[in-house]
Amino acid sequence: MVLNIAMLVVFIALLVGLSWLLGTYMARLFSGERVFLSPLLQPVERGIYRLTGVNEAEEMRWTTYTIAMLLFNVGGLLLTYAILRLQQVLPFNPQHLGPVEPRLAFNTAVSFTTNTNWQAYYPETTMSYFSQMVGLAVHNFTSAATGIAIAIALVRGFARRTTREIGNFWVDLVRATLYVLLPICLVGTLVLVSRGVPQNLDAYVPTTTLAGATQWLPMGPMASQEIIKELGTNGGGFLNANSAHPFENPTPLTNLIEMLAILVIAGALAVTFGKMVGNIRQGWAIFAAMAILLVVGIAVTTIAEQSGNPLLSHAGASQATTVDGSPAPGGNMEGKETRFGIAASTLWAVITTATSCGAVNSMHDSYTPLGGLIPLANIGLGEVIFGGVGSGLYGILICAVIAIFIAGLMVGRTPEYLGKKIEQYDVKMAMLALLVIPLTILGFSGAAAVSGDALASRFNPAAHGLTEILYAFTSATGNNGSAFAGINANVPFYLIGQGFAMLIGRFLFIVPVLALAGNLAAKKRATETAGTFPTTGGLWVGLLIGVIVIVGALTYFPAYTLGPVIEQFQMHAGETFSLGG
Amino acid sequence: MQTNTRPAPATATPTPAETPGGGATAATFPVDGRTAPELPPRDDWPSSGGSLKKAPKRGLFDPEIVRPALVDSLRKLDPRHLARNPVMLIVEIGAAITTVIFVRNLLGHGVDPTWFVGWIAAWLWFTVFFANFAEAMAEGRGKAQADTLRKMRSETMAKVMVGGDRSRIEQRASSALRPGDLVLVEAGDIIPSDGEVIDGVAYVSEAAITGESAPVLKEPGTDIASSVTGGTQIISDALVIRITAEPGKTFLDRMIALVEGAQRQKTPNEIALNILLAGLTIIFLIVVVTLRPISQYAGAIGSTTVLIALLVTLIPTTIGALLSAIGIAGMDRLVQRNVLAMSGRAVEAAGDVDVLLLDKTGTITFGARQAAEFIPVPGVTERELATAALRSSLADDTPEGKSIVALAESLGLATEPGALEGAELVPFTAETRMSGIRLDGHATMKGAVDAIERNATSPIPPALHESANRIGAEGGTPLAVIDDGRPLGVIYLKDTVKPGIRERFADLRAMGIRTIMITGDNPLTATTIAREAGVDDFVAQAKPEDKIRIIRDQQADGRLVAMTGDGTNDAPALAQADVGVAMNTGTAAAKEAGNMVDLDSDPTKLIEIVAIGKQLLMTRGALTTFSIANDVAKYFAILPAMFLTAYTAEGGAPGRLAALNVMRLTSPHSAILAAIIFNALIIIALIPLALRGVAYRPMSAASLLRRNLLIYGVGGLVAPFVGIKLIDLILTAVGLS
Repeated sequence: MVLNIAMLVVFIALLVGLSWLLGTYMARLFSGERVFLSPLLQPVERGIYRLTGVNEAEEMRWTTYTIAMLLFNVGGLLLTYAILRLQQVLPFNPQHLGPVEPRLAFNTAVSFTTNTNWQAYYPETTMSYFSQMVGLAVHNFTSAATGIAIAIALVRGFARRTTREIGNFWVDLVRATLYVLLPICLVGTLVLVSRGVPQNLDAYVPTTTLAGATQWLPMGPMASQEIIKELGTNGGGFLNANSAHPFENPTPLTNLIEMLAILVIAGALAVTFGKMVGNIRQGWAIFAAMAILLVVGIAVTTIAEQSGNPLLSHAGASQATTVDGSPAPGGNMEGKETRFGIAASTLWAVITTATSCGAVNSMHDSYTPLGGLIPLANIGLGEVIFGGVGSGLYGILICAVIAIFIAGLMVGRTPEYLGKKIEQYDVKMAMLALLVIPLTILGFSGAAAVSGDALASRFNPAAHGLTEILYAFTSATGNNGSAFAGINANVPFYLIGQGFAMLIGRFLFIVPVLALAGNLAAKKRATETAGTFPTTGGLWVGLLIGVIVIVGALTYFPAYTLGPVIEQFQMHAGETFSLGG
Repeated sequence: MQTNTRPAPATATPTPAETPGGGATAATFPVDGRTAPELPPRDDWPSSGGSLKKAPKRGLFDPEIVRPALVDSLRKLDPRHLARNPVMLIVEIGAAITTVIFVRNLLGHGVDPTWFVGWIAAWLWFTVFFANFAEAMAEGRGKAQADTLRKMRSETMAKVMVGGDRSRIEQRASSALRPGDLVLVEAGDIIPSDGEVIDGVAYVSEAAITGESAPVLKEPGTDIASSVTGGTQIISDALVIRITAEPGKTFLDRMIALVEGAQRQKTPNEIALNILLAGLTIIFLIVVVTLRPISQYAGAIGSTTVLIALLVTLIPTTIGALLSAIGIAGMDRLVQRNVLAMSGRAVEAAGDVDVLLLDKTGTITFGARQAAEFIPVPGVTERELATAALRSSLADDTPEGKSIVALAESLGLATEPGALEGAELVPFTAETRMSGIRLDGHATMKGAVDAIERNATSPIPPALHESANRIGAEGGTPLAVIDDGRPLGVIYLKDTVKPGIRERFADLRAMGIRTIMITGDNPLTATTIAREAGVDDFVAQAKPEDKIRIIRDQQADGRLVAMTGDGTNDAPALAQADVGVAMNTGTAAAKEAGNMVDLDSDPTKLIEIVAIGKQLLMTRGALTTFSIANDVAKYFAILPAMFLTAYTAEGGAPGRLAALNVMRLTSPHSAILAAIIFNALIIIALIPLALRGVAYRPMSAASLLRRNLLIYGVGGLVAPFVGIKLIDLILTAVGLS
């Protein structure tokens, strides 16, 4: 326990430090100031603009910004679809894998474009190296860069005054990729390679196992994809077992690096936000709200898993923390890697769902109901607990707008956040964005709960089966991409349904966010007085957390009651269910 | 139209005996027009029966308002009316559907027990009815006031001077008056419409509108004193008035429309909140609609009645029901303080004000200089000086003179009766610059120091000069006193800050509102007053056009500015300010430019207006928070009841969620019913709060929020647990479970 807490404290301290460094760097970068990489990268950046005909100095209104963003993403989506469908004629396909089936190709193209990286396939037997590198890994960069660009556009909406312009999408996209993602990935790849993560274009290697069977060891450019998978909160594994696989995540050190990579941009963007609106404490307040929610989630999940499953005890499995005098992981180790143990697994599970990463190092389906509820709820809350790269910040700022609207009224003023009065249009856009998520999650889950095809995909009945359905659509809508597993998603219902859930969850959320950014930028910025509710202190952090949790709880409580909640009671009552029974 | 030529008013008008100089002179129009008539005795002042202020104070649930409100609440069940309020519309639709289910149940096709469906349907109707009742109550209070005002507006006949000729009078209905018409009004007449005095001097009682019983002197060409309001009454002499208002657009008409809420439109913040509530309603609609298939999956399918009950308890009905009542009541609170806001937007803006721009004179200070201290020269006691000062001022009717008498009396000196007998009064003139009294050859004078110096028989002690200089340096005015040529000392006259104003500014500062004093005084005087009053900033030697510049500067820095004004030269600034409060005594231009009119013409009222604006928004925020916080308990009441049979078909035991039934409610039916009943009753319980507004005390935003979150957030979380449990106990006791 002490060890768990110590690990968490060190982890959070590292995160704060790195966020501060990177956040300050990004604030300068996106304000158009010179950064230490400028001498090296500026010629490249200029070259890109010359080649593509982008005018660096041109500013866009929110509508233009949105259209540029949508065009870019639709283009990327179509390109990826084409690559997946044509991979048999494209290079780097040593396993001679055939074309990806159309519905799966649609699902996968959407999945990577939307930063979801839900994988309804076994990568090892489906994707060529070309598809992995050009079709998928490129999206790991561009979808992350898109997220950063939109977050920055919204921050500009708060920071600027009486202007209609919120930046240039192309410039933001290029800078996010060139100055932020690429340099970190370059360093990160080398570090991962040094810890034993493969990075090659070799064919799979056959080996003979101890039992004498022949096993194919997958190869490929793993390290480079692993780091961007985490850094860009993409989560799409090179291998099906994702970061639980020893090739993707071989040691506790790589585990730590990868977890930090998942959170660092989201944490840093909070700092960037504070810097750009001219008061870094505003950024730390957002950071604090995120961090507190994260730590609570980690605590609940870890305690739930560490407490174990009474049904396992019934079956004679030991869940004690010491066995014959030597330390043992204790608790519910089902679905977890022995090299990580419980704490590093639950930590990862909470982080990967709090953000929109979705990479996993343990199987969430095997968690206790309560332990599995937290990852589910993390995504359901809208991935605002650090959240996806960019999407976490703009998600929590939407919540902040709603929170400040209610709080502002209670102090007797027209609500204002960072000096911007929150009026009809702003509330409308914030509510539109917030509506999209539950509508999609609950809408599709409701349909799945009574659709024969969808029900046939479950590996588990009753409450656990419902959790699997809820998790699948929550993960898709939230663009998380982690699988609870326990469901066969490679069937038409899920391929198409989740494809649309991912698109809606991503783009129908982004459009109102950008509209809000445009509207905020046009407003005057009011001076802060003693009558203004300060959005830097503990009260604000508490209020923001309260709004996120209460609105989230009110939305999902009924559905969760029939899923993880009742299952927890059933587990303690020793009740089990079997499919068809 | 009936036309007749009337004889010249001079002979036709019966003259009140009280007017100075007797009949003929008073009723003619003085050529110079500047001699003030004498104020009629108090008994002749008309009562202010019609005014808002004197309107009978009504209790919150006055039967005279409640009865029509009950009828109105039924009328408002019309879905076309409810369409304005999406939250309550959903409740009404739910009520209609459950009623249909109830009827089907009676015909023998029911899932739930008939009594249960019937009770749910009935309470859903009650919920809508209660919401309508809240709105009708708020409107009813406004209507009662409008009726009082309408009595005053009742048609009067106006004496129109055809072609501006006093001898050609034409009787015309007040509603037919056009701008530019010249109208003659004589003592006792009701002034037929808004206008401007162009001839005559007379006293007018504005009690009907302001509730202030003391009549006001009206005369032409003085900006402020020349404007008259329709519905007021002239009580002495006669006036010629040029009509300035279009028919039906007089001040009184606008007032009636305002208090009646006829022109009431939703204010920006109200619309924004409505959007938030509609958004939450949609979220809960999604939750409940999707819960049907999800609960079907679990084998605990929620019946339509139960799902509707769940939906209605979740959507923010409390605030949805009370929202429009809060807005109407906020305007009403202003009217009760005799302030008319031209729009709800202005009231909301008042809550946001960051800067108050205040005229020094009349707002911060009394305007007239007041005696503050007697400073005797060495060898003279304070009492001697005070006695002399008192004597010199006995016949002095100026505010300064009166204040000297008051100060002397506060030192224990008394004016002997008959002290003035045989005394010769020496009035103040511009040449002598002093005044006083001569009695038995004994001259006691007070005046400017240099004037006194010329009249002194003994040399002026240096101490007197020193005192005088010090007073001047502090922005005050020294008045020297001599008794038979002997200098006794100086009286310190200063512009006195109104009592309590300092505390009010401190309150404002706590609320985050800065005060800026505007004065034409020199910087020295301005500094002294500013320090005494505790304003945050001041502008000395300000010219009228400076106001608009200051407002613009503040607004450019992102601040909202409020100001008061009365003169025509204030009009541009009043229009520029975010909240411009015109004094009712002010000119038509000022009243037109501002977005509020204070009928009491009290410049410090601005502070109350800010508080009312804040209270309005706070009430909305508090009830929204309360409404949302309530939902938690309702989940704990309804969900365990609804999901009793979850997964039993797959072999699970029923009631696995019993642990969530933290209130230990008797049965699933009583639990759901208790939640619905609580949801309806809380609306009624909160009507007084909505009408009165939440308590507001000036404090910082953070403490305010902490306090309100505690009361309405935590309170809203806890209250329904208690309430639902109590209702469940009662339901159980009467056998409804």
